[in-house]
Order: sequence, then C-alpha cells, then structure tokens
Amino acid sequence: MTYNLPDERGRYGKYGGRFVPELLMPALLELEEAYGKIKDDPGFQEELQYYLKQYVGRETPLYEAKNLSEHLGGGRIFLKREDLNHTGAHKINNSLGQALLAKRMGKKKIVAETGAGQHGVATATVCALLGLECTVFMGKLDVERQALNVFRMELLGAKVEPVDQGSGTLKDAVNEALRHWVTHVEDTHYILGSVVGPHPFPQIVRDFQKIIGEETKRQIIEQTGKLPTHIIAAVGGGSNAMGMFYPFIEATETKLYGVEAGGLGIATGKHAATLMDGRTGVLHGTMTKLLQTEDGQIKEAFSISAGLDYPGVGPEHSYLAETGRVTYDAITDDEALEAFQLLSRVEGIIPALESAHAVAYAVKLAKETKPDDIIVVNLSGRGDKDVNQVKDRLRGEPM
Amino acid sequence: MTNGKNVVTNEHGIKKIEAYFDNIKKRGQNLFIPYIVAGDGGLDVLVDRIKLLEKSGVAAIELGIPFSDPVADGPTIQRAGMRAIRNGVTLKSVLALMEETKAERNVPIIFMTYFNPVFVYGIEDFAAACQRAGVDGVIIPDVPMEEEFMIADALKRHHIAFIRLVAMTSTKERKKKLAEISEGFLYAVSVTGTTGARANHDEKVGEYLRSLKQMSKVPVLAGFGVSNHAQARRLSSFCDGVIVGSKIVDLFHEGKDDEVRRLIEQSL
Repeated sequence: MTYNLPDERGRYGKYGGRFVPELLMPALLELEEAYGKIKDDPGFQEELQYYLKQYVGRETPLYEAKNLSEHLGGGRIFLKREDLNHTGAHKINNSLGQALLAKRMGKKKIVAETGAGQHGVATATVCALLGLECTVFMGKLDVERQALNVFRMELLGAKVEPVDQGSGTLKDAVNEALRHWVTHVEDTHYILGSVVGPHPFPQIVRDFQKIIGEETKRQIIEQTGKLPTHIIAAVGGGSNAMGMFYPFIEATETKLYGVEAGGLGIATGKHAATLMDGRTGVLHGTMTKLLQTEDGQIKEAFSISAGLDYPGVGPEHSYLAETGRVTYDAITDDEALEAFQLLSRVEGIIPALESAHAVAYAVKLAKETKPDDIIVVNLSGRGDKDVNQVKDRLRGEPM
Repeated sequence: MTNGKNVVTNEHGIKKIEAYFDNIKKRGQNLFIPYIVAGDGGLDVLVDRIKLLEKSGVAAIELGIPFSDPVADGPTIQRAGMRAIRNGVTLKSVLALMEETKAERNVPIIFMTYFNPVFVYGIEDFAAACQRAGVDGVIIPDVPMEEEFMIADALKRHHIAFIRLVAMTSTKERKKKLAEISEGFLYAVSVTGTTGARANHDEKVGEYLRSLKQMSKVPVLAGFGVSNHAQARRLSSFCDGVIVGSKIVDLFHEGKDDEVRRLIEQSL
C-alpha cells in the first residue's frame, strides 16, 4: 500500500480542498508554493532540526509504562512523551516549523487561534524566539477559563484578542483569525494549530508533526525489535494523531486508533466526537466531517478537554475513517478523568486531559491484547494546565 | 421614484438579471444592489423590505442566508446573521418564502450564502429550488475557482447566474479568468478585509475597478465597505455600480426604512 495524499487539489479523497474567499486564495497559493520549495531545502531542515533539538528538547522519550501495563494486564504499553517538549505539548513542533517557514517567506507578523491556549502559548513562544510580532485570537469564554495561559502569552510578548462573536470558543477564534489574515495578508502568516483549515494547512501541520511518528518508529524498533501492534492518539482537530499515525499508514500490521472526546456521551449530543456523530460539510476552508444541524449550521462541541472541543476534524482523519485505516472511537469525560488520575498514580505522570482520552482508550484496549502486543499511546501534553479544573471537578467526588 | 418603469419580464436567472440591468443602464442610472440578511427582524418583514427596495429602484437584491460561521463578514452582518438564526431562519424557509411570494416582485433576487448550507441541502436540489423560487443568481464567498466544479454545472442546468467575486489581491490572471466566467455581474471586492463600513477606500481602488471593467463582459459592481451615497457615486464612476450591505442591514435593524430609501435614491 502506498499512500500519497493530499492530491494536487489538496484533497484526501473527497475531503479537504480550499473553501476560502478569493481574497485568501493568492496567499494560500503562495504558501503552497513556498512550502513546496522550502520544506526540502537542506538549510531549512538544518535550522528546524537545530531548534527542535536544542530549544524544544527533542527527541522525546518513548517510555515503557511497566506499572500501567502490569496494572491493566495485556500488552506492553509505551508512552510517547510529547508532554516533555518545551511548553508542555506537541503543539510547538508545528508552531516552530511554520514560524521558520514564515520568516523565509518574508512575513514579519504572525496570527494564530487558540482554544485552551496551548497552541497560542507555543506560537507566542516561537515568535518571541524568532522576533516575530504575534497576535492570538481566543474565544472570550476561553479567555476567562484559561486566564493563566492568557497571561503566559502576554508575558511572551503576544497580543491576545478575545473573540466574543458566535459562541466565543475555538471555532469562533479560527473565524476571527481567518478574518484578520484576510485583512493583513500582505505581511502576515497564519499559524494554524491543527491539521484543519484550507489546503495546504492540513498537510503542513501534519508534516511538522510527523516527527512524532518517525521517532516512535525508530525508538520502538530499538527497544523491542518490532513495530507496535496498536497505536492510540487523541483527536480533536487531530494534529498529534496525524503526526503519530502518518509514518505508520503504510505499515498495515499496526492498528491505529483515534480517540475523540465523547463528553457526556454520544447519545446526549454533548460531545466533540465529530467522526462518530458528524456529517460531511465545509467549515474553516475544508470539507470534512462536522457537528452540524440538518440545516447546515455548525453546532458547538462539548468536552471536558478544551483542546478536543472543536466541531470539525482534520480532513485526512475523515478520509482515514472512511477507508477504515484508522479506527475512531470516543471516550467520555468521566473515563478521561479516571485515566488522568490513574496515570498520575501508577506512573507519576500527569497527562493533559486531551492525552488522558488516549490513555483511557488504552485502559479499555489493553484487556483485548496479548502480553507480546505492543501498544503505543501518544501522550501529547502534560496535565499541569488542567489540575485546577480537575480539582474543582473532583471536589466532593470520591477518588 | 422609478416605480413601474422597470420592464416586467418572464425571464429567469442570468437573462432576467441582464434585462433588468440593461433597463436601468438605459435610464443612465448606476446599478445599486442592497444586501440584507434574510430573516433579520423575522421572515415576516422580509417581503416588505424587498418591496421597499424594489420601489427604490435597486438593480437586484442580495439576500444573505444566515450561517453560523461567516468568515467573509464583519461584525454587523455577523450579528444580523445570529439574530436570523435565533429567529429559526434556514435556507429551506427562505427558499419557501421566495417561492410563495414570487408573483409579488419583479426585481432579481440573488442569494449570498456560504457553501455549507448549500452542500447540506444538496447541490442539485438547491439549484432546482432556486429556479422554482425565482432566485436568479447566487454568490458563494467561500467557493473560489478551485472548488467551483462542485456547483457550477448544477447552477448552469437551472440557468442561475453564478456571480464570481474578485479581490484586490487576485493576480492579473485570476482577475481575467474571473471576469471572463462570471455570470450576471462581477463582484469586485474593494477592500482587503471583511464586509463592513469603512471611512475610506484605498486610493488604488479606482484603477482596480477600471481595469476590471476593461476585462469584463458583464457589469462590474464594487462591494465591501460602501456605506454612504458619496462613496457609492464615486465607486460607481469607475464601474457599473455598488453593493451596499452592512449600512443597510444597520438601518433596517434600527427601523430607519426611510433612510434606506434615501441612500439608494441618492446613489443611483
């Protein structure tokens, strides 16, 4: 099986494309051309690798979680420690790559969206490093919920713009970032934070995140001599999952699992499980599965994890779901909370709530695996940002 | 007042827009297209507003279908869209109303809608429903040339004018191509940004509109950021007319129907 997507129209099967106003088309075409030229340039790769190693702290460990494996029974569980990156999550892999790309394109200003603030912090960080002017759009509701991350971004020199249009959350922040980009397209690059948006963004973000899967492949062979039998990653927009899955797509002996946020349960309608419960449509410039009404209005997503709280999903995930190469499932808020505590207790690792969804799925899957199976869980971020929320949530509830 | 001077035609779609525009141009007037959000203030007032606009002498009415995530629109139209969505307005209900009241108007109706509601409705069904409802043209701001293969044929089958948008950032090749394929008229986005009132337009806008006018077989209308009759007349001097959205949406919302009429009459 050879996998070579997107096609020249930016499509993954019927998904993807670039559904944007004409005003933005020249910028997208410029970006596509520049990326095509720059990505294989040895000088660019050298610069990127330098910062990934010396500044971000890569490569990240692939850690065998023996306590967890023993606790659960079944296969050997390995954690890809993206939580150990600078700024605490995988997000910086993409922010760094795109910021270096923007510099080579001669753009002096950066705009970004953020939900919980992880992508905003990562982008503000690399802008501080590279001397770029940074504006981050963030839903008003998220600004209130994530005051500490707002302060972090400001400390890093970024300007945070609260968005009170629409529902005041991530999807509205993307709208406003796109509008800002439309207005300042001459000197500004938009660092989109996930494998969503119009082509070439899903491809660029995936390519800057695929280092996760590439390292994992090398590390698991070093440690076990084999490829994993199962890989699990959480999916909101889907950048950590795409980065992990992409180098394994052709390795069909490895089963891939994408875990969406089931919120209060799919049946309640209060969730962010786009691939489980969505319909094909167009949002933020791409054709993909969306949570929407029968009249085509986009619904608000719901999840305990702000990073998974998005009513769309990367177009490549929609394609991989349709072809069956990746199995998608959902984990509820409660299951994620339990996994959050479990991993903290047995391994001394506090996972991000996003990553806790992947851990929770491993808890379920482990029972069905054999002792010589190898399960890799992408631990996309650390949970420090979530401890206050979890504390409030658990107060009064038995642990 | 121009009421009653416009030819009543049985034509539909592209031909109707052409005939209606020709008639206005023969009178030596500028083409003026107001944009309103369907269902802002409730669907009940929509028919009255269409009548008021038709009587004021507009060349066509651009009817915005509310969408939850309107990336090309500024705050005024976003808010109007949210009000309409809260009123329960859908593409389906607007199409039904337009079909029901088809005999009560002669002015061309142009839908401005984002792609998702159309895609979810079904592209072929949408084009057929437009024809039945007497909708003569459509503008879809998030379908650039690269994606229009998804919808252009269906619109053609039902004779609906597919009005293309061109931008100041478009390359010369794209401008030429868009001017060549646009039907009904060419929508010249005259700011770098979203919809909404602007104090001034870029000084290069005159040159931009004049060059489009030279490239285009269909009339060229300037839109985005036009909010008073002085701007409207100035921009119209470079091309065939203007589209005014946010200002009219605001005036209707504030109940200033008379000012809408005055703005239009002073712009013609």
